Amino acid sequence: MNLLDIVLALPLIGFLIMLVLPKGSASKLKNFALGFSVIVFGVSLGLAGAALQRPAAMTWVTDVAWISTPAIRYHVGIDGVSLWLVLLSTFLTPISILLSFSYIKDRVKEFYAFLLLLEFGLIGVFISLDFFLFYVFWEVCLVPMYFLIGIWGHDRRIYAAVKFFIYTMVGSVLMLAAILYLYGKAGTFDYPALLTMMQSGKLTLTHVEETLLFLAFFLAFAIKVPLFPLHTWLPDAHVEAPTAGSVMLAAVMLKMGTYGILRFCLPMFPVAVKENSGWIITLALIGIVYGALVALVQPNMKKLVAYSSVSHLGFVVLGLFCGNQWGLDGAVYQMLNHGISTGALFMLVGFLYERQHSLEIKDYGGVATPAPWLSTVFLVTTLASIGMPALNNFVGEFLVLQGATQANVWWAVIAATGVILSACYMLWMYQRTFYGETPESVAHHVHDMTAREWLCITPLLALMLWMGIYTQTFLPSIGASNKVILDRTQTTSAPLRVAAPVVPAAEAANHGN
Amino acid sequence: MATNFFPSNADMLKFLPETVLTLAGTLLLLVEGFKKERDSRTGVAMFTLLAIVAAMGASVVAYQNPGLAFSNMVISDGFAAFFRVVAYVVGIFTVLCSMNYLEREKAHTGEFYILLLFSLAGQGIMASANELMMVFIGLEVSSIASYILAGYLRDDKRSNESSLKYFLLGSFATAFLLYGVAWIYGMTGSTNLGEIRTALSSGAPSSIMVPAAAALILVGFAFKISAAPFQAWAPDVYQGAPAPVAGFLSAGPKAAAFAIFLRVFLTAFDPLAAKFAPVLWMMALATMIVGNFAALWQNNIKRMLGYSSIAHAGYVLVAVTTHSTMGTAAAMFYLAAYALMNYGAFAIVTHVAGDGEKHVTVDDLKGLSQRQPAVAALLTIFMLSLIGVPLTAGFFGKFYIFKAAIEGKFVWLTALGLLNSAVAAYYYLRVLVVMYMHEPETTEHPEEIPGGVKLTMWVTAAATLVLGIFPGIVLDLANQFAVLGK
Repeated sequence: MNLLDIVLALPLIGFLIMLVLPKGSASKLKNFALGFSVIVFGVSLGLAGAALQRPAAMTWVTDVAWISTPAIRYHVGIDGVSLWLVLLSTFLTPISILLSFSYIKDRVKEFYAFLLLLEFGLIGVFISLDFFLFYVFWEVCLVPMYFLIGIWGHDRRIYAAVKFFIYTMVGSVLMLAAILYLYGKAGTFDYPALLTMMQSGKLTLTHVEETLLFLAFFLAFAIKVPLFPLHTWLPDAHVEAPTAGSVMLAAVMLKMGTYGILRFCLPMFPVAVKENSGWIITLALIGIVYGALVALVQPNMKKLVAYSSVSHLGFVVLGLFCGNQWGLDGAVYQMLNHGISTGALFMLVGFLYERQHSLEIKDYGGVATPAPWLSTVFLVTTLASIGMPALNNFVGEFLVLQGATQANVWWAVIAATGVILSACYMLWMYQRTFYGETPESVAHHVHDMTAREWLCITPLLALMLWMGIYTQTFLPSIGASNKVILDRTQTTSAPLRVAAPVVPAAEAANHGN
Repeated sequence: MATNFFPSNADMLKFLPETVLTLAGTLLLLVEGFKKERDSRTGVAMFTLLAIVAAMGASVVAYQNPGLAFSNMVISDGFAAFFRVVAYVVGIFTVLCSMNYLEREKAHTGEFYILLLFSLAGQGIMASANELMMVFIGLEVSSIASYILAGYLRDDKRSNESSLKYFLLGSFATAFLLYGVAWIYGMTGSTNLGEIRTALSSGAPSSIMVPAAAALILVGFAFKISAAPFQAWAPDVYQGAPAPVAGFLSAGPKAAAFAIFLRVFLTAFDPLAAKFAPVLWMMALATMIVGNFAALWQNNIKRMLGYSSIAHAGYVLVAVTTHSTMGTAAAMFYLAAYALMNYGAFAIVTHVAGDGEKHVTVDDLKGLSQRQPAVAALLTIFMLSLIGVPLTAGFFGKFYIFKAAIEGKFVWLTALGLLNSAVAAYYYLRVLVVMYMHEPETTEHPEEIPGGVKLTMWVTAAATLVLGIFPGIVLDLANQFAVLGK
């Protein structure tokens, strides 16, 4: 049992303790949840040392048998990419807990218990190296988020929660079929073992098999990302979720999809990735522009931020399928950036909602007068989100665009319009909300930041600056991990392409059309 | 052998569980005659529990004396022991949940327990039959007792309807089965599973009558396991039967019917496997689709669970379709897991339904999480397990079934089956929605949960989780016992 196992086990222990704690005192429950999650974060920081030294390989590995027949192993480990995603989860959980202190008034115990269960599932997804284990955590995440949206959400919460659950479930059952199929061929669920078998030629997939398996995995991940046109669950889920739910959903849960593509789809199915990247990138580009255009016309702040997520995640997918180091690094960096800045945006929108009890932009105006600090913080976050240099998103977007330019300059041109549009919709929203006349109700209700709110937002602001200015903390380890994935994609695809009658088959199909 | 009318002791040991149950049932029948209507039946219930536990011990004894008995009519093997124990466990839960229920519905007479014991004996015979006549006898003993149990609340119209439907359709099914048995006997000259297999694989009777006879027997079994298109009785029967009985019917007799289905088709009709694969394939898919899609529209929880039990029979049929040892093991594990989670759900329905089963619509569960948080939490576990969310027994069962299907090259059936389970998520989630996301409509103080129901709830929930995290406990046994004697 090493540190990583402890980091994984702690949230589950916290969840179980929460269940048996007496319901009576809300403040005790809150403080316990906060204290516990801060400890989890503290412990998880200990992972960084070893993982950053050898980011290209898996560290903190535990590999023990769990179920004997079929052979299912508890196999976990982290590399330079998953380290940051684990830290993102453990970092945002205490913040989500803290920011809910005044927002959540009923069923306090269950709320924080579910947040801890969600943290358990998220960490598990990012560290699993056994497909069965991965699937287990993938689904475990679903249940607490379903309840978070369904119980503590806004008016249409039930519709949103069920839609969220069913959408994800449809994708994930197909992934389960693919996992089972791989097991049928290879006789193992162990991911590194599968990769080794593929590399050594012990496990070969026909062209059709590879394509179908890739699509099965990709569909599950694409729904989670969400890639246009599978994104329709996202605005509903985001708008209806309570603030902490939106933050966790946007900041961490969406990354499950892009992480899955990076970790599993790219290395396992290099040929299928090459062949399918055309339409996937097209969808990603549509998502970038479409998400931005829809965000432009949203009267509801949360919905606006939700659609901006569709647009931002389009960048991530674009980067992942560029097929070069720039693109991959940018995609991972953008995953983290989006977690920080969109998480912060949802949090700030939540702060406004707690004051004015409205998410409609038209109910605000001139907020800068009664709440100057709040508007300053909001402005910094807005600028980060639209990719202002020296703030975090700029780095990620720059890298992705660089990668896209290398692959196909038109991709970069179209994607860049997304950056421009993001400035339009974000700044326009900012202007309508914070400047202009201050209506009576705003002046009356909207007060400036409280100490607790400062405590929530400051770490995020610090990270926006840190990630925007000193990328050396993050990029070398991300790059080293990505290089392993990229090498695999390129070395295996070349001989396979020659060996398999891929091109004639594809041509014949085209001819037929 | 035929000259010896007195079975040897070794033979008796292989038949011990049924002997125990029959003797206990007969004894209670005698005692009941001396009881007045108002007398307490707690003693009877306790004695029944004891008898079932003894039968469980007897199944272990039978398992330790493997082999054929009574001129090859009965077989004692791990497979039989497994299904006996599953049926007996369900029987124990039924007794625990019924004691208070029958009191509440003012129908607390000893016959209930006697019929239950006989029904369990019939299921034991089904699990250990090695002979088509024994199959018939086991099926009839189990079914006739169940018909009466389904209509046990004789002043209740729905209960009567349930019983009558179950009886009429069940009789049809048995008639089909018996007709098929007669044909088989006519063509192979035997009703012994092993001998039929030998006759069929030597290819002697090559006429079209053989698959036709097997098809008749298949129809009989399909009725009993509620497979489409012979599923129509299930929702009506489950809705009308007393809740503890509905739970029993969905878990015990169904598992036993699957046991005999598997044994007959994997031994006697093994040579016909290729012919029946497409039929079973279609049947499995149709059963899943009919069950899941019909369940989407249900408002009555018992009826919804009835359709859900059809869908789950479909999943098990996927395992049967694979015609492999692993498929058999998967079916065994799934039936055990299903018995636990579904009985748990029915135990909770028994409790929340209240006097005269008035509160059985989904909306009656509104706000349950606030009125009775523990009950809501346990029902959540059962629902998640029925959906097939990981870390529950239901997930692992489904996982293992579809793993067997993939390995049997049934890729499309797997994909369609898994998509079906995503559809199913919708109606199970509705239960969670009303429990957690709606405010309670009544301010009535919740009734206290009777001890037996409480015990059943907690034990089934704990077992559902334990089997989800450590499936090996049951799965290893299933894998070991799934090899049917050739």
